[in-house]
Amino acid sequence: MALNIKHLLGLHNVTRNDIQLILDTATTFREILDRPIKKVPTLKGTTVVNLFYENSTRTRLSFELAEKRLSADTLNFSTSTSSTKKGETFKDTVRNIEAMKIDMIVVRHQSAGVPLYLTKISNATVINAGDGLHEHPTQALLDMYSIKEKIGKINGLRVCIVGDIAHSRVALSNIIGLKTMGAEVSVCAPPTMIPKGIEQFGIKVFHDINKATAENDVLNVLRIQLERDAGTTIPSLREYHNYFGITTDVIENNNKDVLILHPGPINRGVEITSEVADGPYQIILNQVTNGVAIRMAVLYLLGTNN
Amino acid sequence: MKIKAKIIDKEGLKRTVTRLSHEILEHNKGSKNIVIIGMRTRGEFLAQRIQSKIEEIDGYKPILGILDATLYRDDFRTRLKQPEVSVTDITFDITEMDVILVDDVLYTGRTTRAALDALMDLGRPSTIQFCVLVDRGHREMPIKADFIGKNIPTSLNEEVKVKMDEIDDEDAVYLIESPN
Repeated sequence: MALNIKHLLGLHNVTRNDIQLILDTATTFREILDRPIKKVPTLKGTTVVNLFYENSTRTRLSFELAEKRLSADTLNFSTSTSSTKKGETFKDTVRNIEAMKIDMIVVRHQSAGVPLYLTKISNATVINAGDGLHEHPTQALLDMYSIKEKIGKINGLRVCIVGDIAHSRVALSNIIGLKTMGAEVSVCAPPTMIPKGIEQFGIKVFHDINKATAENDVLNVLRIQLERDAGTTIPSLREYHNYFGITTDVIENNNKDVLILHPGPINRGVEITSEVADGPYQIILNQVTNGVAIRMAVLYLLGTNN
Repeated sequence: MKIKAKIIDKEGLKRTVTRLSHEILEHNKGSKNIVIIGMRTRGEFLAQRIQSKIEEIDGYKPILGILDATLYRDDFRTRLKQPEVSVTDITFDITEMDVILVDDVLYTGRTTRAALDALMDLGRPSTIQFCVLVDRGHREMPIKADFIGKNIPTSLNEEVKVKMDEIDDEDAVYLIESPN
């Protein structure tokens, strides 16, 4: 069994079999994380560069840890401490890094399409860790893994993505991945945060959080991204919280069996209250743990596929 | 796939498991400090049978674990086909225990080498003893088994195929002509 893809640029055009293989392989790596010695020698001698042009805590640490758990050599690149400040172009930076003989690149960039461009100017295996408003495939994979771990299946589940859909790469990857795996996907947000014509993809649209909670098995709650001008789509954070925030009341009045996911970082008191974020309905920290296992699976499957 | 000979049949396999269990007990002076670890896939079922046999003889059931050593292999870069990994199921501490590692066929010794590395990452066992159903020779590493069901001298264009009831609907060991 091997993946049909050579790079992970997004979940678009990734087959159900490939996604299933990644999720199954992650189960193996999840077990390693509970061992006293959390390391296997599988990627010994493979060099991975983490090319981060945008800030990140979880994703970068998670990838770096996954690489180290597989015994790969890792290099970290971030724009603030690099020659990008001196005016070096992206292409030159990549060419130079590649000249140091590396095997894989994990890339995050504020522009959509950078991972695809990377595959054209380099011979390395490329993994997308988030590109602009396009995709964030490993986040969607770990969300699906966490749902499956908790509920036992994805096929036939009703999953609603709540929040700034238009500005979210997590939303797009989740929508594509969940639909590929047979889930019934919907979104819930104010009309300004939902891209026009989204219904064409067979996605149900809610504008009422109570209704969305009542009619779904899972709510994947996104962060309101203030750095991406989300402030222009809503009058105030407080108003957003009043109408779309996930509170204990919203859950307990509508659906006590609902499962809450959040990709982080959390804006406490905006899209979710602290009570819910730390309460019994969520699996937010499981998502973080599973993220390491998913990234190990992706690195293993792409890194050892000749 | 051309079958050249049936080397062990159902009854033969039963007797071999019984003998191996007795040898393990004799060597370890009982079953109290033993853990049995079967290697996926067929070593797992062999290990289960040895576990029940030991319980039957000694009255104490040793703990059983399952090891998948795929991630410790040395041939990721040279193989054309990517090996499928499955979960290791060893939820107990093997430190200070006498580990009986069980596999179906011992051939080049490379899988055993991978398994030994995998076990070392799980703790520091008091001893590791290796039990195989068939030793077919052609070692590429300095590895030997402590308990052997049957020595079968083979040529390189032959293969030993172990069938186990749990997944193959049959208990037998065949000598077959290699497809390549």
